[in-house]
Amino acid sequence: MRHIISILIENEAGALSRVAGLFSARAYNIESLTVAPTEDPSLSRMTIVTTGTDRIVEQITKQLNKLIDVVKLLELTDGPHIEREMMLIKIKASTMAQREDVKRLADIFRGRVIDVTPTIYTIELTGSGEKLDSFIEALAEHKILETVRSGVSGIARGEKSLHV
Amino acid sequence: MELSGADILVRCLKDEGVEYLFGYPGGAVLHIYDALYQQEDVKHILVRHEQAATHAADGYARATGKPGVVLVTSGPGATNAVTGIATAYMDSIPMVVITGQVPSAVIGSDAFQEVDAVGITRPCVKHNFLVKDVTKLAETVKKAFYVATTGRPGPVVVDVPKDITDPNIKVPYHYPDKVTMRSYQPTVKGHTGQIKRAVDLLLSAKKPMIYSGGGVVLADASEELRTFVRHLGYPITSTLMGLGAYPATDQQFLGMLGMHGTYEANMAMHDCDVLIAVGARFDDRVTGKLEEFCPYAKIIHIDIDPSSISKNITVDIPIVGDVAGVLQEMNHLLSTGKKQPKKKELEAWWKIINSWRAKQCMSYDHNDKEKIKPQAAIELLHEITGGDAYVTSDVGQHQMWAAQYYGFDKPNRWINSGGLGTMGFGLPAAMGVQLAYPDETVACVTGEGSIQMCIQELSTCLQYGLPIKIVALNNRYLGMVRQWQEFFYKERYSHSYMESLPDFVKLAESYGHVGIRVERPEDLRPAMEKAFAMKDRLVFLDIVTDQTENVYPMIAAGKAHNEMHMSPHCELPQSAERELS
Repeated sequence: MRHIISILIENEAGALSRVAGLFSARAYNIESLTVAPTEDPSLSRMTIVTTGTDRIVEQITKQLNKLIDVVKLLELTDGPHIEREMMLIKIKASTMAQREDVKRLADIFRGRVIDVTPTIYTIELTGSGEKLDSFIEALAEHKILETVRSGVSGIARGEKSLHV
Repeated sequence: MELSGADILVRCLKDEGVEYLFGYPGGAVLHIYDALYQQEDVKHILVRHEQAATHAADGYARATGKPGVVLVTSGPGATNAVTGIATAYMDSIPMVVITGQVPSAVIGSDAFQEVDAVGITRPCVKHNFLVKDVTKLAETVKKAFYVATTGRPGPVVVDVPKDITDPNIKVPYHYPDKVTMRSYQPTVKGHTGQIKRAVDLLLSAKKPMIYSGGGVVLADASEELRTFVRHLGYPITSTLMGLGAYPATDQQFLGMLGMHGTYEANMAMHDCDVLIAVGARFDDRVTGKLEEFCPYAKIIHIDIDPSSISKNITVDIPIVGDVAGVLQEMNHLLSTGKKQPKKKELEAWWKIINSWRAKQCMSYDHNDKEKIKPQAAIELLHEITGGDAYVTSDVGQHQMWAAQYYGFDKPNRWINSGGLGTMGFGLPAAMGVQLAYPDETVACVTGEGSIQMCIQELSTCLQYGLPIKIVALNNRYLGMVRQWQEFFYKERYSHSYMESLPDFVKLAESYGHVGIRVERPEDLRPAMEKAFAMKDRLVFLDIVTDQTENVYPMIAAGKAHNEMHMSPHCELPQSAERELS
């Protein structure tokens, strides 16, 4: 089962390596991990996507909570939540037909062309991981030069929020 | 008051009430050593290897309940300390380790004696700090002690770059009385509703079993445990780490459980219908095959660490909290409630247990007139020390025999590396214990393999006049390895025999101590009596024991509690299959 864990962690040197080290030391899976400071610069918000049985994920959350730097933790997949991932994708678009098709697909997926050269389109696309996967599939006929994905960021819906 | 970082560090230790600092100097900590030189409050113990500094601090902590404190230099000082830090981590021992670091300006440049101490120790500490600002030093030290000693205890490393301790940079000193950390607030009080449910379940048991562990010793909850067990009248077993929390000589005590546990303890675990685990963590050496662990039991688990609960074994009633507090609450409910244990069923259960006990699983050959039996040596040690010594041990067969045959009646007396299984632990740990309790008898039970892993500490023992009694069970084999090779590798004794052993008597003498070699059973008693009568000398008893003796009973790794391998001298078939009861 796929789980998304959100963490508020002290914004200190080494905090990220404590989390990453925990996953490797205990042989937990990690699909993606994103981290950046919050509106309070002393805190970072981390979103971890992991897979495992309920039992393993329970251990993961307990072990994360045990890290001294972890202030709060929420398993987003326990309730209604929103997840988003951003992708920057560079595609070969040198002929007119290619340029039109790529633009058309980008529009369908509500992506934006953010950089253009005579032979290349770079597109920014935001959505769930599945949506980004689908966009890549839709580009099967085209030559993808580069993909950069941010990893998942998530937030709980409604009143529920993760803050100090 | 303005002080340099070095003076601040030493003042912090004094204000924290630190009695002993175990350490070894080097370049990155020279400022700190200079500050130590100019005061007499914190006594520094100079070891001969940094590993021993951590083990000595660990032994001190295990015997006293107070945190052990270590000071080592950067680079190899820190890496040598890692084994001792990991040892303390696995057994949840409170410890603060100060490691020197190269100056801030050269961190990351592969400077002389530079290692990433914070990175290297991260997986084996409760927490660690790199001090980046001398004005934060005192607060960081306070946090280190706070984290190390509260919740589930553990080692904390404070990495201090050399420029932070510069004698020329002085800042105001203030040691905080307490610190709060928004990210660290351990739960100590158990949930009242869960405690009530647990007591109800316990009182409904027909075949109850109590399984206590090192958490009881760490929480100083021995008295509460004794009240609890006696009120219920239930059988109790203990892990290796918990020995002494409940008196071994008491009738309700079934002995240790697990891989080298007693027949009665393991069978009772297997057959019980309600199990309460008190400050124990369901280690693989205890549970054996997870799928067949306590197959008929509802399980209650008290532990201060939420991550210990349902980690290996799913439990029915988890209680997160300090063992002492939870047991107090349970004892209150038991003594004021109307419901009492099921008397008739309990009598029947004890009858079954006593039939298991009658098999005498711990029997060994008492009639050998030629060879000294290691078990007999431990039993004699118990007799001569009145069962009241602090016993440290190394790792291997001698450790198991000490655990099985010494019979600990008090907590904090049995000091061994249970989780990590660190050979070389025994002697330096004994130094820490002897310093804490100079007038008590401290024995280090060891083997000729283990003792050589920290033998250099004989020199430290002389320097500080530590009259430790080393009881070396010398079988010329790495005994536990040899035992596994006999059982599981068709007697292919690959590199488990030790040739070219030193003359331990001369070795002890060359370090300024007394050495006694014992080769015959009839010489054992007079030798041991003589050794323990020398109150102010370290005596190295080199006891030549039976080479072929094995530790029984034994559950092979991955087998169930009712699949024990028995001693040829007890009244059970060697491979004791479950009897139908």
